Amino acid sequence: MKFTLSWLKDHLDTEAPLEAILYALTDLGMEVEGVEDPAAKLGAFRIARVLEAVPHPNADRLRLCRVETWPDGPGGRAEVVQVVCGAPNARTGLVGVFAPVGTHVPGTGVDLKPGVIRGVESNGMLCSERELMLSDDHDGIIDLPADAPLGARFIDYRGLNDPMIHIKITPNRPDALGVRGIARDLAARGLGSLKPLDIPAITGAFPCPISITIAPALKTKGCPIFAGRLIRGVTNGPSPAWLQTRLRAIGLRPISALVDITNFFTFALNRPLHVFDAAKVQGGLRIHPAAGGEELLALDGKTYALRPGMMLISDDNGPESLAGIMGGTASGCTEATTDVFLESAYWDPITIATTGRALRINSDARYRFERGIDPAFTLPGLDLATQMVLDLCGGEASDLAVDGAVPDTTRAYRLDPARVVSLVGMDIAEATQRATLAALGFTLNGDMATPPTWRPDVLGEADLVEEIARIASLSKLEGKPLPRRQAGVPQPVLTPLQTREKSARRTLAALGYNECVTYSFIDSTAAALFGGGTDAVRVDNPISSEMTHLRPDLLPGLLRAAARNQARGFADMALCEIGPVFGGGEPGEQALHATGLLVGASAPRDPHGSRRPVDLFDAKADAEAVLAAIGAPARVQVTRKVPGWWHPGRSGVIGLGPNVLATFGEVHPRVLAAMDVKGPAVAFTLLIANVPLPKVKTPTRPALKLADLQAVERDFAFVVDAQTEALTLVNAAQGADKALIDTVRVFDQFTGDKAEAQMGAGKKSVGLTVRLQPVEKTLTEAEIEAVCARIVEKVAKATGAVLRG
Amino acid sequence: MDGFETLKGKYLGAVASAASESALEEVRLAALGKKGEISALMSTLGKMDPDQRKATGAALNILRDEIDAALRAKKSALGDAALDERLRSEWLDVTLPGRPRRMGTIHPVSQVMEELTAIFADMGFAVAEGPQVESDWYNFDALNIPPEHPARQEHDTFFMHRAPGDNRPPHVLRTHTSPVQIRAMTEQGAPIRVIAPGRVYRMDMDQTHTPMFHQVEGLAIDRNISMANLKWVLEEFCRAFFEVPSVELRFRASHFPFTEPSAEVDIRCSWTGGQLKIGEGDSWLEILGSGMVHPKVLTAAGVDPAQWQGFAFGMGIDRIAMLKYGIPDLRAFFESDLRWLRHYGFAALDMPDLAGGLSG
Repeated sequence: MKFTLSWLKDHLDTEAPLEAILYALTDLGMEVEGVEDPAAKLGAFRIARVLEAVPHPNADRLRLCRVETWPDGPGGRAEVVQVVCGAPNARTGLVGVFAPVGTHVPGTGVDLKPGVIRGVESNGMLCSERELMLSDDHDGIIDLPADAPLGARFIDYRGLNDPMIHIKITPNRPDALGVRGIARDLAARGLGSLKPLDIPAITGAFPCPISITIAPALKTKGCPIFAGRLIRGVTNGPSPAWLQTRLRAIGLRPISALVDITNFFTFALNRPLHVFDAAKVQGGLRIHPAAGGEELLALDGKTYALRPGMMLISDDNGPESLAGIMGGTASGCTEATTDVFLESAYWDPITIATTGRALRINSDARYRFERGIDPAFTLPGLDLATQMVLDLCGGEASDLAVDGAVPDTTRAYRLDPARVVSLVGMDIAEATQRATLAALGFTLNGDMATPPTWRPDVLGEADLVEEIARIASLSKLEGKPLPRRQAGVPQPVLTPLQTREKSARRTLAALGYNECVTYSFIDSTAAALFGGGTDAVRVDNPISSEMTHLRPDLLPGLLRAAARNQARGFADMALCEIGPVFGGGEPGEQALHATGLLVGASAPRDPHGSRRPVDLFDAKADAEAVLAAIGAPARVQVTRKVPGWWHPGRSGVIGLGPNVLATFGEVHPRVLAAMDVKGPAVAFTLLIANVPLPKVKTPTRPALKLADLQAVERDFAFVVDAQTEALTLVNAAQGADKALIDTVRVFDQFTGDKAEAQMGAGKKSVGLTVRLQPVEKTLTEAEIEAVCARIVEKVAKATGAVLRG
Repeated sequence: MDGFETLKGKYLGAVASAASESALEEVRLAALGKKGEISALMSTLGKMDPDQRKATGAALNILRDEIDAALRAKKSALGDAALDERLRSEWLDVTLPGRPRRMGTIHPVSQVMEELTAIFADMGFAVAEGPQVESDWYNFDALNIPPEHPARQEHDTFFMHRAPGDNRPPHVLRTHTSPVQIRAMTEQGAPIRVIAPGRVYRMDMDQTHTPMFHQVEGLAIDRNISMANLKWVLEEFCRAFFEVPSVELRFRASHFPFTEPSAEVDIRCSWTGGQLKIGEGDSWLEILGSGMVHPKVLTAAGVDPAQWQGFAFGMGIDRIAMLKYGIPDLRAFFESDLRWLRHYGFAALDMPDLAGGLSG
């Protein structure tokens, strides 16, 4: 919303300086977005007189002027300055506009400095309108009447000293979309008083020849009232200068008196109007829902096809105007218009909003109607506008033509002054509260407050509180401590899952992963590679083709990040992300994943030979470290049922029965190629919520049992089928004597051609080391031998293994 | 016994001239070994009369001890010399790099979320969460934003696809963290104090906007919580978060459909040479929106507005991270450029806590 200070002062009687008004506007909730103060730009230009203009001694086209200036303003000391001027109209006695040395000339962008032009000193400038950016006129310098006040600021003399203020209006304040509403707020704040608005009494000189009929379907909601007057014999030329200046100042282009009047009412009083050229209206005007399929060429030059239910104003020729949004070209006013029908109506905000959005028309009228104008101002607004048409364009007005009635919006809410104080936390006296509401136009009856008709947003007691707090100024609010809910040290607040998320994140960083935050949406190709990309997770209005689907997994985002980093020349990296993935499009169909991705080599090349390609055991170790950090049990199963984006032979699942805790391994080479990542790439994904919580929550640790007796280690080398999994051997060995066997570890494996050459085709050897921990007495050699025999027997039974010879 | 001096001279000389441990051992065997010269003399003591035995024995013991001490000293000296010799050959280039170790980092958004949590936990706020695909009821209606309200249009909402025949209003990607207010109050009732940090989505992408960003919601409901309490909580938060001795906040009246009264909150700051300083200067920087929870919102969440009242606020996490840590570009937050992650990220053990100071 834009307006000028003088426009504001049409409605607000105030002596407050601009700064105070700007502060109050922002403080009241009408944030000042910008101010254009002409005084800042043109304040230095003052009216001066040329005492003498003689030819320049060294240049034919230049003149040497002695200029009498008044640097301190009219009545101050006079100072005669020598100026070299090239304007053809520079002459002795000319009264013009002078800029002293040091002035920034906006039209040329030059800061004036003392100068010497063709050997003669020149100190300042006599200006043209173009140099002041007032017009394109550069034929000569500004030539003012001889009686112009010498020494006065030119902007004051020309009426240009009118700062333009641009404020942001929140959607709840349609009344502030008119200058008068803004003035009312400022008056309530105490920055002056609201001037009365006199409504003229219009007497019709003749019956209105255009009849108005609102379709019954719209009368209760869409269009409760539609009124108008025909004014005949008007002259629709350019509007007067003051009106044009106003409109130009807020960025509107003056068109003609009739159109300018409607725009003026839109911004001055938040009362959008429409003018029809009555000569082009055939028969009466009907306000009705569109049947669908009608077309209208609107004033923006575009043709709109209407859908059923949109509100139309039609005459016998067909649709003439899109109700409350935009008029039609066919019946629009032109300079040739002599009879005008002036419309003032109240339209239902929701219907206007729906239509405006469907047709994608943004007009000042729609903007106001969909936020809600003052229904009670329909007829007074019409009368005021009629008077202005008569004043500016002449003619005579008809009787009122009207259908429907002003909707009754009367409602009242209880003002509870104690509750206001309790909610806001400021001591605002009851009398002040009531005075505030009264100043804003509320009617108070006992403790009941009736909002004014121009405040459709006030819909409850809480709105009264807001009005009172706003006017009292929230800037004055002083903080008051929020008491602790319990005295002393606060309770921990995080849930076990939140703590785990944090532990997982910190562990990943400690393991050397750089945490990423990637977008929750990805492209459909990437989504499809990871089991997603269905319509259920499709965004209907994506912002780009790379962000069409909610991600089914964190890996695609990390792989894309890896590819981008590789393109920048980083071949090796460890990336991770902890965040939501989406199994479906319903609220809650989301799970928290933690994914780590290792690409390239384990380390840069170095003198210690640290560099090697990352492999699945790196990923597995990190997955296990994070699982341990978040409290996963030590005993888990490892299976091979992995989703399709993993390497089928080089990936696995860490689980507890059917409950998947993590997946790890090499990313499928085909997926890597599709994502443009140069391998090797290994990864793991943890499903944090699937890790069971401890059954008993206690900080107490189980007692530490230490055996004093010497432990014994024995190594075994088993020959098994190449695809026999080591864990099967370990578990079998472990089961040989649960009391005595402390740990079983794989210490070696021997596979490949050389192994097969030694042990037979399809065979490998696995080395196990078993640690025996006696608890009661030291083991004898015979006892040790007995356990070892059982181990060999168990492993052989489980896997067909034989001891390597 | 005079011979003893000769013996002593002989063996001490031999010890001194022994050049290696083996030569020294030969000396030891010759003198003190089972068949050594001193040992042989010892064995003659038995045949002597008591007086002679006593005198000779004492002298022999002294002789043996002296030779033994000399042998030990020499052995130690030889060992030291050998070690010195070995150490002279053991030289490595210590300017070579150590074995490489990857340095991981925590993303600034995660770090700042933990900072927020540490501060608000101290004031009794728990952390609430909610789904990111939301029904339009939770995202809008329950927050007093009816379907045709202009505020709904200003949200630049992403809508989820609806299968043909499914006539429910389309779900949305939550446009703010405010729906978590409704969910938390519905689940826990009042009194309640929660913050809800998380991802939110708006259809906006330019120099300063990304279609996904992070917000934190704050909610405190009790019997008589006021806007003055809100201001205090935000002052405390800002002071602790920006790690300055004091801050000054300015509340400006504004409008949010879900709070009434509503205020935008500015913080006093200065910008000098592109450097932001919080708590001083003549500029004001808008940092968040807030207000007293609208009675309709309380009602929608099953909390009786006649009994309970309180405040809510919403703040951009990425934004306050940028302000605090001087990070210039929002878009880079989500690009996963390794150089950026390493430069703006935090070490694994930089865990924010109030005792040690949030940023350590």
